[in-house]
Amino acid sequence: MMERRLFVLQRLTALALAPLVLVHLGLVLVAVRGGLTAAEILSRTQGSVGWALFYGLFVVVVAIHAPIGVRNVLREWTGLARGAVDWLALGFGLLLLGVGLRAVWAVVG
Amino acid sequence: MSDAASDAANKGGELTVRVWRGAEVGAFATYLVPARANQTVLDVVTEIQRYHAPDLAYRFACRVGVCGSCAMTVNGVPRWTCRTHVSRVAKAGALTVEPLRNLPRIRDLACDMAPFFDKWKAAGGRFEGGATRADLPAAVDPASPKRRAADAGIECINCAVCHAACDVVAWDAEYLGPAALLRAWTLVNDERHLARRATLDRAMGPGGCASCHTQGSCMAHCPVGLSPTEGIAGLKRMSLAAMFLGDR
Repeated sequence: MMERRLFVLQRLTALALAPLVLVHLGLVLVAVRGGLTAAEILSRTQGSVGWALFYGLFVVVVAIHAPIGVRNVLREWTGLARGAVDWLALGFGLLLLGVGLRAVWAVVG
Repeated sequence: MSDAASDAANKGGELTVRVWRGAEVGAFATYLVPARANQTVLDVVTEIQRYHAPDLAYRFACRVGVCGSCAMTVNGVPRWTCRTHVSRVAKAGALTVEPLRNLPRIRDLACDMAPFFDKWKAAGGRFEGGATRADLPAAVDPASPKRRAADAGIECINCAVCHAACDVVAWDAEYLGPAALLRAWTLVNDERHLARRATLDRAMGPGGCASCHTQGSCMAHCPVGLSPTEGIAGLKRMSLAAMFLGDR
């Protein structure tokens, strides 16, 4: 049953996002050590399997979580047909996944 | 109250009551009725019908908060009118009475309850029993967790106040609504109900529990103090458990 699966997936991904977002925000604060340059960041991230896994997981979880919410919003607030909304949400999810993984690769690759 | 006290209260003057006349298209008509001590909104509507507008359509039956027929919108809030005292809701001697929100208007204060009960059915709210008249009545332990989970919900009087109070019902035509989902919650906890799994699936299907925004208007307005929100949360938990642990 799609509705139930999506509902469960949205909750489970929210569960995973909570620590991921906290670590990410903490990192943003800690990473700034008297100014920040692209070269400085890349020197720490390039080749790091840990950060690749962390942000890779982050992107996958977001790409599942966000489109489910967007689908609900589109369904409730636009007059679009159910099928159209599903395709739009799926497209949005794939976009997030593609753009996100590309960004992760750019930083750690 | 003594006659003297009653007379004193009657000297309180008049109530100005705006009543919706018409169906989807209509207008408010204003009536002046005597303000009395101890009068309910339903008393006021009845007085208007008897003495001012004999063609006023409204719905009621028991007058004592059991049947759930007389719900209307009073000063913008959905209420059971037979148990709503005017003194509690009138603002400066004025009342505005309209039909319930989120249901088609038939005439004046009567709305069509069919969509409300259609959603009951859509949520799997029909009881499917397996016993025959040859069987003994089922022995349901009042202390069992399932029976206790359904304790509150079975007191629902189907007045549709929660349905009218719910904003999600207002903007999402597909949403089954708090009353239908609370009904489903009582059924999935009823050990005599054979279609338990089907009810759970329908309550979690399109327009079901996942559409609830947990705004809680249903429980804030329920005249008998039930919490459909809690029932919906229970359905979600049960559905999750069924998915991961297998059906119990």
